[in-house]
Amino acid sequence: MSHFPLSRRWLLGGVAALALASHAALAADTIKVGILHSLSGTMAISETTLKDVMLMLIEEQNKKGGLLGKKLEPVVVDPASNWPLFAEKARELLTKHKVAVVFGCWTSVSRKSVLPVFEELNGILFYPVQYEGEESSRNVFYTGAAPNQQAIPAVEYLMQQEKVERWALIGTDYVYPRTTNKILEAYLKSKGVKSEDIMINYTPFGHSDWQTIVAEIKKFGSAGKKTAVISTINGDANVPFYKELANQGIKATDIPVIAFSVGEEELAGLDTGPLVGHLAAWNYFMSVDTPENKEFIQKWHAFIKDPKRVTNDPMEAHYIGFNMWVKAVEKAGTTDPDAVIDAMIGVAVPNLSGGYSAMMPNHHITKPVLIGEIQADGQFNIVWQSPGLIVGDEWSDYLEGSKDLIADWRAPMRCGNFNVKTGKCGGN
Amino acid sequence: MTAAPRSPLRPALMLSLVGCAILLVPILNRLVPEGSALHLEDRFVPLFGKYLAYAVLAVSLDLIWGRAGILSLGHGAFFALGGYAMGMYLMRQIGPRGVYAHPVLPDFMVFLNWQELPWYWYGFDRFWFAMIMVVLVPGTLAFLFGWFAFRSRVSGVYFSIITQALTFALMLAFFRNEMGFGGNNGLTDFKDILGFPITAPDTRLALYLATGLLLLLALVVAIHLRRSPLGRLLVAIRDGEARARFLGHDTLKAKLFVWTLSAVLAGLAGALYVPQVGIINPSEFSPAASIEIAIWVAVGGRDTILGPVVGSLLVNGMKTWLTGAAPELWLFVLGGLFVLVTLVLPDGLVGIGRALARRFKTGSSAAPIEAGPGPMEAARG
Amino acid sequence: MRGNLKLGLARMRLLLFLLALFATLLPRSATADATAAREALAILAGGNLDAMEPAIGTIARSGVPWAEPVLGALLEGRLLVRPSDRAVFLRTPDGVLLEAESGAPTSVDAKSLRPIRINNRLRRTLEGALGALTLGHGDPAVRLTAAEKLFARPDPSALDSLEAALVRETEPRVREAFARARAAILLEHGPPPARAEAALALAASPSPAVLGKLQAARRALPADAAPEIVAALEEAIAKVERRLRLLELAQTLFQGMSLGSVLLLAAIGLAVTFGVMGVINMAHGEMVMLGAYATWAVQQAMRALLPGALDWSLIFAVPAAFILAAAAGWAIERGVISRLYGRPLETLLATFGISLVLQQAVRLGIGATNREVVTPSWMSGLWEPVPGLALTTNRIVIVLFAIAVFLLLVALVRGTRLGLEIRAVTQNRRMAETMGIRTPRVDALTFALGSGIAGIGGVALAQIDNVSPNLGQAYIVDSFIVVVFGGVGNLWGTFLGAMTLGLVNKLLEPVAGAVLGKIIVLLALILFIQRRPQGLFALRGRAAEA
Repeated sequence: MSHFPLSRRWLLGGVAALALASHAALAADTIKVGILHSLSGTMAISETTLKDVMLMLIEEQNKKGGLLGKKLEPVVVDPASNWPLFAEKARELLTKHKVAVVFGCWTSVSRKSVLPVFEELNGILFYPVQYEGEESSRNVFYTGAAPNQQAIPAVEYLMQQEKVERWALIGTDYVYPRTTNKILEAYLKSKGVKSEDIMINYTPFGHSDWQTIVAEIKKFGSAGKKTAVISTINGDANVPFYKELANQGIKATDIPVIAFSVGEEELAGLDTGPLVGHLAAWNYFMSVDTPENKEFIQKWHAFIKDPKRVTNDPMEAHYIGFNMWVKAVEKAGTTDPDAVIDAMIGVAVPNLSGGYSAMMPNHHITKPVLIGEIQADGQFNIVWQSPGLIVGDEWSDYLEGSKDLIADWRAPMRCGNFNVKTGKCGGN
Repeated sequence: MTAAPRSPLRPALMLSLVGCAILLVPILNRLVPEGSALHLEDRFVPLFGKYLAYAVLAVSLDLIWGRAGILSLGHGAFFALGGYAMGMYLMRQIGPRGVYAHPVLPDFMVFLNWQELPWYWYGFDRFWFAMIMVVLVPGTLAFLFGWFAFRSRVSGVYFSIITQALTFALMLAFFRNEMGFGGNNGLTDFKDILGFPITAPDTRLALYLATGLLLLLALVVAIHLRRSPLGRLLVAIRDGEARARFLGHDTLKAKLFVWTLSAVLAGLAGALYVPQVGIINPSEFSPAASIEIAIWVAVGGRDTILGPVVGSLLVNGMKTWLTGAAPELWLFVLGGLFVLVTLVLPDGLVGIGRALARRFKTGSSAAPIEAGPGPMEAARG
Repeated sequence: MRGNLKLGLARMRLLLFLLALFATLLPRSATADATAAREALAILAGGNLDAMEPAIGTIARSGVPWAEPVLGALLEGRLLVRPSDRAVFLRTPDGVLLEAESGAPTSVDAKSLRPIRINNRLRRTLEGALGALTLGHGDPAVRLTAAEKLFARPDPSALDSLEAALVRETEPRVREAFARARAAILLEHGPPPARAEAALALAASPSPAVLGKLQAARRALPADAAPEIVAALEEAIAKVERRLRLLELAQTLFQGMSLGSVLLLAAIGLAVTFGVMGVINMAHGEMVMLGAYATWAVQQAMRALLPGALDWSLIFAVPAAFILAAAAGWAIERGVISRLYGRPLETLLATFGISLVLQQAVRLGIGATNREVVTPSWMSGLWEPVPGLALTTNRIVIVLFAIAVFLLLVALVRGTRLGLEIRAVTQNRRMAETMGIRTPRVDALTFALGSGIAGIGGVALAQIDNVSPNLGQAYIVDSFIVVVFGGVGNLWGTFLGAMTLGLVNKLLEPVAGAVLGKIIVLLALILFIQRRPQGLFALRGRAAEA
């Protein structure tokens, strides 16, 4: 907020609310970048940080002289963790503010809610969070991990390194855990794991009483076979879950828990002493030892004015996405959405773990997979890293409905759900 | 308590005023040329359509809260049920154009490996069936719920809290993916309605006008109710149910009728809301969403005709404006407004007009609020 | 502590000296072991996780005196390496730096050192190795831990030393643990008859871990195993299973009580502001949240000022949370609610507004992300009243705390002047006024009391849930339901309501699952209110109950 004079924004809003003038004239000297992250409501806890990181990246770019000779101007709105409001705010960003690009959303439902708006108005959205896949839109660039960039490597690691034979898949009851667990279940069965060695459990959002489930896990894990928990528990519910794990004395050496939604931010609210050794799989950890990452962390601390703030995977995704967009705009020489969308494919920028991430024709990016163990200081000790970069797989091969689908947004195919069996671009 | 409007002309005047205000949107959007300062951009049409749906919802709550004094903290449930019924129709309209190109199943069922359509999705491919369900589902639920609750004379805060429990239970149920309503993601990515593309400006304008019509209808119902014997009985129930009952009135029937009517109206509002916002999801069932409806009514003025409309437009308009203009501070403004309205404007915004009118008539200042029973007794009323 | 360490160091140095003396006399194999151990230490310094596993075994078996401290340090992340020359150092738990092999203090710059990182597999290997190494330790608690580690990871090579230790052991508790560890080793690695005997011995102390070991042993038996051995194992399994079923029921009941206590703590403040005063207090959740943040703030302050006493921070947090939330409640009552007398439903609107403002104020002022509240060491861990029934200490504390807070509140309302005035005002405001009670003051104090109690609830909730601006919202619906279910205006009703809902929820959860269980509870509640429209305890007439 402190970056913009309040009065001007109020004025802008007021003028528009009365629909007295169009803003084309105001927008001419800057390139507007929309930031669509919840600053209030339940998701503010995760999304506020992403708004801050975007403001930092834009400030950095402006220090470097902006883009195409113009300054970038961030436009921050608050969709307030309210899904219809996400769609409304997306429409406002694209039509009222005429932003060139939007960085935003966290939950799948917020993305689903804004998707028709971006397609209708031909906007560009960068979505930075690991998600369930099963989507590829021409107007969205997915910089978070698809299931094959997180879940499957993690399971492989546990099988090989920890010799795990029994699996408890614990998740919040929504689409990301459901899909991920479906994929994992199919994968585990393909590796010869029997049904009785797989336990699946779903809990509501914000579930806070984990006594029963943790006790069940303990029981499930004492069958004499090496057991691991795969957690797709969402945001808020993680802290009470880990607190209960610690209290019931489940140590990582007995039953390791590997999580796909727990990063440095979530651990910042926890005493990690009793959790040492539990794992997480991401494409980035704050503890990655590269010069790029050091610089990023340094800038972040300077920007946020708090040397204790952590960095996490979705922040890196925005870092990659923003730099990709800048590069694509430079390549296209314009911010026109059609030109930028076409220019995006093939753009490669450095990520923070020492390699280059590239935008693929399916609008997903290449990323390394890292597995880290929680340390007592709230950081992750990286115990495994994929030998190369992995391409995000939008349509999972392990799901019945999507195994024949591919996405390729290059000419001449230009299709997000091409069925290789029927040879048709389904749906649209 | 405030009396019903005395002049027979006033309701007619009010309705025509509201009607004109509703027509302002299409006029400014279509008849005023695009370059003009008064031209209303297309994006405002679904936005105002959404506000109108909220206004209908607020009017529906005021029917039962304002008149009969029964506060429902679960009216969002009826709104959402109507919305889901419409959403199911819109989902079925997608047909084979989903991402998986499945001829019948919606996308979320395909990727969760559902093999066939659950029975309760049958029929929703027909508009008339969906419309019947929009009325029937919220209506039936409200009737059954009201039947049990009013028969056992559950009242006051007890009633409010069980309506809250009802909407909370429904929210949890709709979150479950096994229910077959798309879980947390809900229903989205609609393509068309009655054969018209849902994102086309003409369709949007038509939906807007339909919502406007519904609002007028709701207002007519509200006005009529105030002037009917039933309306007077409801006031009697509000101010002393036992007395009304002892006088031989069938209070159960009266309450049940208005309660069910209110729920049906809320369901209709939900059905028109969904195609305009493009998504229906379980968060509409959340208790906080239902509390907000009561807030709109209170801000505008409880037990007034226009109050709920004014309140819902104002609060939602401010939300739209402030979440863009002051994204980190808007909750202070909105929260502050709620506190202020209750302290300064006990009868809501509409009350200002009334107080002014009264002062004009009698020449005396508004009567000081009598020191009524303290908050402690009130709970037991 | 420090004295002990010095003594230990002196002893270690003496040992080293003796060892050096003996080294010249000993047969070659011992020195060869020592050399191998030294080489293994270099491997540990190298940090290759795959190579480290055998190296740990080499060090553990070598018999070098530094094996135990070095491996212990490695397990706890206190073994450090200087990247420049790969020299290895050890940090004692008190933070003193020592050379790893000699154990001599060193003045090396701590900043140049990096901890040697390990993973779960190595942690398991280390625990097993240390278990065998510390069986003869002077401290019975260490011996007990050693036995538990061996029980968890039976290492056949430790059997001899374990049996020797068992003969020497005098402490009955440790003896028992040794015997269990021995049985566990035999069950997994012994000859079949010994396995059967071990199985029956283990069945005497049933626990899920024992059951797992028995089932694994049953699976490991060859198909042609003697029938009496198979029978013995199966009998042991059946016995443990029977016992565990009973314990599970006890566990579920405890969990239900614990959930009930959480609900009680969340709702008890509301039982005063809503239940007794009749204010539909939507800002109640935020009072709970303020209490949780007060706990965090107290811990932050103590970290800076009194780091040694962090374990006792809750003693300060409780009054701090009470005062903060009560002050906020007092301000809300004076500023807003007192002006809304006679219009109870409008307090809903005003307090909802206040709750929005408070949430956003915390979000902007402190931050939207979670804050860390440390669980004191005396609240962590498990308590096993009978073998196999493990109750978490923090839940026990929360149950006791909830009951204590509740009884305190009841005593306050029943036995004090303020309580008398509260009851008087609740029963008949005008009469109370006539009797000279300053009702506005009583209203403000009552609301402050309810808010303060909500803040105390927040202290406990901070131990098990997120400390975030959303904390209050997570409990507000449940709180209202508890108060209404119990009967508005009745403190005992709130208590029984919370406990009943907790128990029913937990009894249903294993059968129906967490989501469906909660839905069933809500529907049952709706039906219950139809049967008893005034909650569990209906007020009779105008009587107020405390």
